Amino acid sequence: MTDEIRKILTDHGRLPVDAGTLPADADLYQAGMTSHASVNVMLALEDHFDVEFPDRMLTRSVFESISSIEAALTELCGEAALP
Amino acid sequence: MSVSVERDQAFLDSIRRVADEVAAPNADEVDRDARFPSEAIEALRDEQALSAFIPTELGGGGLAFETIAAACFELGRRCGASAMIFAMHQIQVVTIVRHLEDADWFEGYLQAVAEEQRLVASVTSEVGTGGDMGRSVAAVTAADRGECTFEKQAPTVSYGENADDLFVTLRRSPDAEPSDQVVALARKEQIALEPAGTWDPLGMRGTCSPGYVVRATLAPEQILPTPFPRVSAESMVPVSHILWSHLWLGIATDAFDRARAFVRAAAKQKPGGPPPVAIRLSHLMSELSLLRAEVSSGLGEFVELSQEPGRERLSTMASALRFNNLKIAASEQAPRICQGALGVCGIMGFKNDTPFSVGRHLRDAMSACLMVANERIHQTNASLLLIAKDV
Repeated sequence: MTDEIRKILTDHGRLPVDAGTLPADADLYQAGMTSHASVNVMLALEDHFDVEFPDRMLTRSVFESISSIEAALTELCGEAALP
Repeated sequence: MSVSVERDQAFLDSIRRVADEVAAPNADEVDRDARFPSEAIEALRDEQALSAFIPTELGGGGLAFETIAAACFELGRRCGASAMIFAMHQIQVVTIVRHLEDADWFEGYLQAVAEEQRLVASVTSEVGTGGDMGRSVAAVTAADRGECTFEKQAPTVSYGENADDLFVTLRRSPDAEPSDQVVALARKEQIALEPAGTWDPLGMRGTCSPGYVVRATLAPEQILPTPFPRVSAESMVPVSHILWSHLWLGIATDAFDRARAFVRAAAKQKPGGPPPVAIRLSHLMSELSLLRAEVSSGLGEFVELSQEPGRERLSTMASALRFNNLKIAASEQAPRICQGALGVCGIMGFKNDTPFSVGRHLRDAMSACLMVANERIHQTNASLLLIAKDV
């Protein structure tokens, strides 16, 4: 999942640094992701993983690092996998 | 009635007195001469109003946020510029209080605000950011003796000349990205202001807000520990939009009151039924009630969300949209009401020297859509709407 997130960040995050080598806990906003770019990242993540982030997850802290995005997606995909 | 409610009521009584007896008689001159409303601000200092929101343990009034909002409304009814200066000061104070996180320097600073009734202004806008408050060019830069410096080109600094201290957004360091911001509080003796521009605007003339190049040297403790994005989402943006809306409602309410006084005077002159213009007044009341409802529900929702542990919902996109909409709605509705009042009063409202003059109200209210340009806010909202769910 991490690699897919990194790919989406590379394509949509418009980061001045390489999302492929960024530490998983690095702050994406400090790395230069704008709020507009973050919306594009969210849209791409929803599309790619076929999930919808509920409003409670649409906060800066959920999208501030690769690991926090992964945690949110795991939670959402886990919910979807339940019977 | 609890003690605190009584104290809040007593405070509002004193604010109404300042508004009626000090701000109102000087409002026209402040507007005409584009001068700082020093009498009103001094009177507010005498009432300890500049520290009204600071907790009592730090020497402040410990009053409720709703009381501060109501005070902005009351001042707005009598002098838009005085109300705006009071509101902008409170935005900085409320923001610091809400993000203190036991930072010793800031606790000491709030005590100084309470003791000395220091007036705080903000330096958020910056040349080269296209009006985006979420980006900075100026950066905190390390200097000698462990201190730091910055130089910021500010297109407007409201009451910069008359402020004691400045609350400034900056990039975290010279190599930080534009969106990696912090907010710092620089005291007057640490600041050099180089004027960059003049001040002869259409309205809100008493706020005296020309541009400056702001230079300061300060200690690292003077940077608020909470990351600016949280400060901005949880406090600075919603608090600004709520307090501004309250004073815009105040301006619109006084314009409506003047229109009503005009209709009553007309009715007395020709007894026998409401004059034709009374219908227009009724239309205007509907417009005013819409504004009132939006402003009051915005305040109520903010207070509710602020009481939740962690205040997490204030950081959601739904919240950002909510308080952005409050700003857009109120800033468009307030001048509309002032213009409606002008329609009721006619030439008597158009003239600047009658009891029914509403020119100042209209001009002051027209500044609302520029204070963080509405189109810039729509741009943000448009982006958030792509992803937010329950709006």
